Amino acid sequence: MAAPHPLSSAPVPSRLQRFFASEFFHNYRRNLSAVLGSLIVLGFLFMVTIGPFLVSQNPYDVAQLDLMAAFKPPAWLAGGSSEFWLGTDGQGRDVLASIVYGSRISLIIGLVAMGGACLLGTTLGLIAGFYGGRLDAIIMRIADIQLSFPSVLTALFLMSAFGTGLDKVLIALISVGWVVYARTVRGSTLRETQKEYVQAARVSGLPNRKIILRHVLPNVLTPLIVVATIQVGTFVLIEASLSFLGVGVPVTQPSLGLLIKNGFDVLFSGLWWVSIFPGLFIMLLVFGINLLGDFLRDELNPRLK
Amino acid sequence: MFGYTIKRLIQMVVVLWAVSVLVFVMMSFTGDPTFMMVPLDATDEQIAQARRILGLDESHLVQYWRFLSNIVQGDFGRSFVFRQPAMTLILERLPATLEIVFLAMVMALLVAIPLGVYAGANPKKPASRAVMAGSLVGISLPGFWLGMVLIFVVAVKLQWLPSSGRGPTTEWLGMRVSFTSWEGFRHLILPAITLSVGTLAILMRIIRAEMVEVMKQDYIKFARAKGATAKVILFKHGLKNALIPLVTVFGLMLGDLIAFATLTETIFAWPGIGKLLVDSIYRGDRPVIVVYLMFVALMFVVVNFIVDVCYALIDPRIKIK
Repeated sequence: MAAPHPLSSAPVPSRLQRFFASEFFHNYRRNLSAVLGSLIVLGFLFMVTIGPFLVSQNPYDVAQLDLMAAFKPPAWLAGGSSEFWLGTDGQGRDVLASIVYGSRISLIIGLVAMGGACLLGTTLGLIAGFYGGRLDAIIMRIADIQLSFPSVLTALFLMSAFGTGLDKVLIALISVGWVVYARTVRGSTLRETQKEYVQAARVSGLPNRKIILRHVLPNVLTPLIVVATIQVGTFVLIEASLSFLGVGVPVTQPSLGLLIKNGFDVLFSGLWWVSIFPGLFIMLLVFGINLLGDFLRDELNPRLK
Repeated sequence: MFGYTIKRLIQMVVVLWAVSVLVFVMMSFTGDPTFMMVPLDATDEQIAQARRILGLDESHLVQYWRFLSNIVQGDFGRSFVFRQPAMTLILERLPATLEIVFLAMVMALLVAIPLGVYAGANPKKPASRAVMAGSLVGISLPGFWLGMVLIFVVAVKLQWLPSSGRGPTTEWLGMRVSFTSWEGFRHLILPAITLSVGTLAILMRIIRAEMVEVMKQDYIKFARAKGATAKVILFKHGLKNALIPLVTVFGLMLGDLIAFATLTETIFAWPGIGKLLVDSIYRGDRPVIVVYLMFVALMFVVVNFIVDVCYALIDPRIKIK
C-alpha cells in the first residue's frame, strides 16, 4: 500500500479496485469450489435475512397453522400441494418455512459462538504467548486436557449440567471452541515477540497492553480466518447433535437439528420429508462453509503452497 | 525412553485428577440429587435425612475428598434409576459400544487407505478430485442424519436390514457380542456404517495429505530412478511412511467414535454406553454420568499414552527429551 507518486497522473485505485486486481481475488475467481462455497453461504445468508418475508407462514405462530394440512408430502408427490413445496409436519407446519426459521437459529448460534470462542481464545492465547511463565502453563494445560476429549462429548456434558437454552448452547460451544484459537495465537505470538519490531516497541517504552493490541495482535490474526470459517460449520453440526439429543435449543426456538429430531419420530411411518430436508440443508450449509474454508487455507497459509 | 514413559504416566494421573475435579464441580451445580431419592410429599426431616445419607450436609471439600477416595477404589455409587452399581451398568453395556466402534474403525480404514493413497499419489486426476469432494461431503453431513436416511431407505423401504436393536448375542471371551451370528451381524451393519462415515472422511483427507507430502521426498525420486515398480514405490516407500502420522490420530479417532456413538446408539436403539449416557442425562441419573465420564477419560488417557509410546518406538526420527 505505497503512497502514489506525487507526480503520477494515474488515478489512485480505490480499495475495492485493489481487491479486484489482487492475486487473492484472481485465485478465487479461478477456483470453482471457492465460488460454489461462497454462493452457498451467500444463499443461506440471503435465506435467513429475507426468507422469513418470502415464505407463506410463520411456523411458530399457532394461528397460522392448519391441522387439516398436517403431514402433506412434498409438492411433487401424490397428495402434495403447491402451497407447501417440501411438505408439512404433524402440526401442519410448512417444512420449508421451518427450515428458513431453523437455519436462522442454527446460523446465528454458529456465528455468535464462533465470535465468542475467537475472542476468548485469542485473548488467552495472547496472554499465554506474550507473558509466558505460570499463566501460560496453566492456560495451555487446560487446553491440552480439553483437547483430549472430543468436543461433542464435552459440549454434551456441559449441556447436561446447564440444562437446555440458546444461551447455554452458546456457552457450551464457546467453552469447547476457544482452545484452537488459544493454541494458534500462542504459537504465533511466541514467534512474533522474538521479532525486531516488537523488541523495538518494547525498547521505546510502550506499555505491554499497547504492544499486544497494536503490534502483536494484527500479525497473528491471519491464520485465525481459516479456523473461524471452518468452526462456524463445526458449531452448526455440534449444535445440531445437541439439539437432536434433546439437550440443545428449546422447542420454542427450533434449529435445524431440532427439526430433524422432531421428524425422527415419524420417520418409521414413512413420513421422511419432515426430517430428511432439514438435514439436507445442514449438509449444504456446512459443505459450503467447508469449501470456502479449504480455499482460504490454501490461500492464506503460505506454508502449504 | 524409561524417563519419558514415567513422565507421561505422571501426566496421565494429573489429567485424570483434573477431570475428577471438573466432574465434581459440574455435578455440584446440576441441581440437588436429594429430590431423586425422596417422595414428592417428603417432610423437611426426611429431606434432611436423605441429604445426610448422600453426604450433602458436609462441606464441598469433604464431599470432594469422599468422592475421590471412592472412585479411586472403583466405587462410583449406585444408579438412582436402576438401583445397581453404576460401574456394573457401564461394564455391561461396554461390549455393545466397542463392537460398533471397532467395526466402524475397520470399515473406515479399509475404505480410507486405498482411496487416500490413490488421491494422494495422483492429485490432479478427476477421480481424486471426486474422492476429495466426497470426503468433504462426509465431513459436512450430520452423522446421525445419515443414520436416519439409512434407516429409511435400507430398513423401512427396502427392508434389507433391521433398523434398531442389537439382535441375538452370544458369549465370547466373557462378553455378550452379536457379530458371531448372521442375524446379530445384520443388526451391526447400519450403526457401524453411520458411525464410520465421519471418521472415514477425515482419515481419507489425512492420508491423502500425507501421501502428497511423502511423494515429494527424495527417497521416492530415488526409488523411481532405481527403477522400482509403481506398486513398490506406492506401497512400500509411500504408504509405509504416510501411515506413521496415522498412529497419532488413532487416539483422536477413537475419541470421536466413542463420542458419536452416543448419537448413533440413540438412533438405532443400540444398547451401549452412549445410549445409557443419553438416557441418564434425561433422568438426571448422576452416578451413571459420573462413571461414564471417568471411564471414558481413563480410556482416552490410556490410549493416548500407548499411542505416544508406540509413536516414539516406531519413528526413530522423534527425539524424546
